[in-house]
Amino acid sequence: MKLVRGMGLILVAVWSLAPFAWLLITSVKPTPELTQLPPLLPSAATGAHYLAVFTGHPFLRIIANSAVVAAASTLLALAIGATAAFALARLRVRHAPLILAAILAVSMFPPIATVSPLFLAINAVGLRDTLMALIVTYTTFALPLAIWLLTNFFRQVPVEIYLAARVDGCSAFQAFTRVILPLSAPGLIAAALLVFIFCWNEFLYALSFTSSPAARTIPVGIALFPGLHVVPWGEIAAASIVVTLPLVVLAFAFQRRIIEGLTAGAVKG
Amino acid sequence: MTREHPGLFLAPAAVTLGAVALFPALAVLWLSLEERSPLLAAARFVGFDNYTRLIADARFWNALANTVYFSAVSVALEVLLGLLVALLLARAFRGRALLYSIILLPWAIPTVVSARLWEWLYNADYGVLNYLLGTHVNWLGSPGWALHAAILMDVWKATPFVALLLIAGLQTIPRELYQAAALDGAGAWTTFRRITLPLLVPLLLVVLVFRTIDAFRVFDAIYVLTGGGPANSTETVSIYAYKVLFQALEFGYGSAVAVSVLAVVALLTAVYARLLRGSMT
Repeated sequence: MKLVRGMGLILVAVWSLAPFAWLLITSVKPTPELTQLPPLLPSAATGAHYLAVFTGHPFLRIIANSAVVAAASTLLALAIGATAAFALARLRVRHAPLILAAILAVSMFPPIATVSPLFLAINAVGLRDTLMALIVTYTTFALPLAIWLLTNFFRQVPVEIYLAARVDGCSAFQAFTRVILPLSAPGLIAAALLVFIFCWNEFLYALSFTSSPAARTIPVGIALFPGLHVVPWGEIAAASIVVTLPLVVLAFAFQRRIIEGLTAGAVKG
Repeated sequence: MTREHPGLFLAPAAVTLGAVALFPALAVLWLSLEERSPLLAAARFVGFDNYTRLIADARFWNALANTVYFSAVSVALEVLLGLLVALLLARAFRGRALLYSIILLPWAIPTVVSARLWEWLYNADYGVLNYLLGTHVNWLGSPGWALHAAILMDVWKATPFVALLLIAGLQTIPRELYQAAALDGAGAWTTFRRITLPLLVPLLLVVLVFRTIDAFRVFDAIYVLTGGGPANSTETVSIYAYKVLFQALEFGYGSAVAVSVLAVVALLTAVYARLLRGSMT
């Protein structure tokens, strides 16, 4: 039984990791060997694909775009979301459960169903092909996630602490910023991580609202990777490794927080 | 004490959600009654013409069938495998934190990247999958295989997510129940059938519906993996709507196609909200 379990665990790890391993191998294979199997492993590792990715394409610009969009959207969504979540968790809000249900419904909106009106609106205000268009959109569609998670986390701070701050003369807003927020730091981190990952990975809006490398983000860059006649698999692999690295770091450094955030909504309700 | 003014706290979120989420969700209904191109200002109200066209559009029904098949098969596999993985990982063992991080990876990376990655694994001529299996199948190029290839990729990506949710659920089951079962001499299977599974059912349903909503909206994975081909055999409703909107530049009809996704998702969300409320009480 123990053996079966052990083998099962190894299988799970291999199944999750094997595609990444192949991506890594591909990214360091010399081009002629990409179209040869066997051997599985390259005769010698090359950095040529990585070099090509950073020199031949506006790849750095695209990475910077993604970083700016994801960071700004995360910050905004957390600021707006935390404020609302605090009210829903601790203040007397009429129909709070109904409001939360409505917010949940928004998080389910299929992007394809909002992309056409948003495209027209963004075009009308002259924001097409700008990072601002993505920041506004991502902030909005990350808000439900942020509000749900943070409402959950704020409720875990005992209500007596909030009331004590109020009795001591804090306004509701001061109690929120000086007492509740610092006490909820772990929850804020969990929410920030999930929102950041959502923004870093979003594709449909980015594909529709941008048209040049000036505003393109990583998913669009990877999806539309230039290749005239032959698909440059080595370079795609190298680019994929580069943009995956930040997420690998996050997954390992903040594993507990990410899982906490992921499960908070579904399990605790 | 000073007054609380909860409305002021809610206002920024309400304005943002109203303007950038709610307004477009209503506007798309209006757009679906028009005939218009995305870049020219000219628009013509055509009533329900787009919907009568939709009902007669064989390509739409094909896309809907593909989406339903994709969602049903991938979610069924994900919940089944996710439960298996969850049971495997729920008990403490050395290196569990490491394994958690590892199974987070397929979920955390951009879907576009995983689609590119699987596209390469599936490559007919140089793909490692054909090499390992000793086959010469054109996985993404044959209508019979392509949708299943997309399903396998989705299973790879979403199973960890399902497993992590179920692990959290497993950990809420009181230990005393298992101790009592062990005292009564119940075997592993009986314990699973009589204790674990019944107590996990509410969460399983929540996960099932949540994943179905997500799968039904599928866009990124298939757009990159196959673009909807070959011969529209992997075209989902979201992909079809995107093509009508941004390639055929028919914003009216494309919006009508998109509204069909919205309608199905709204229905599923209503079910989901009920399940969530049930699992909370």
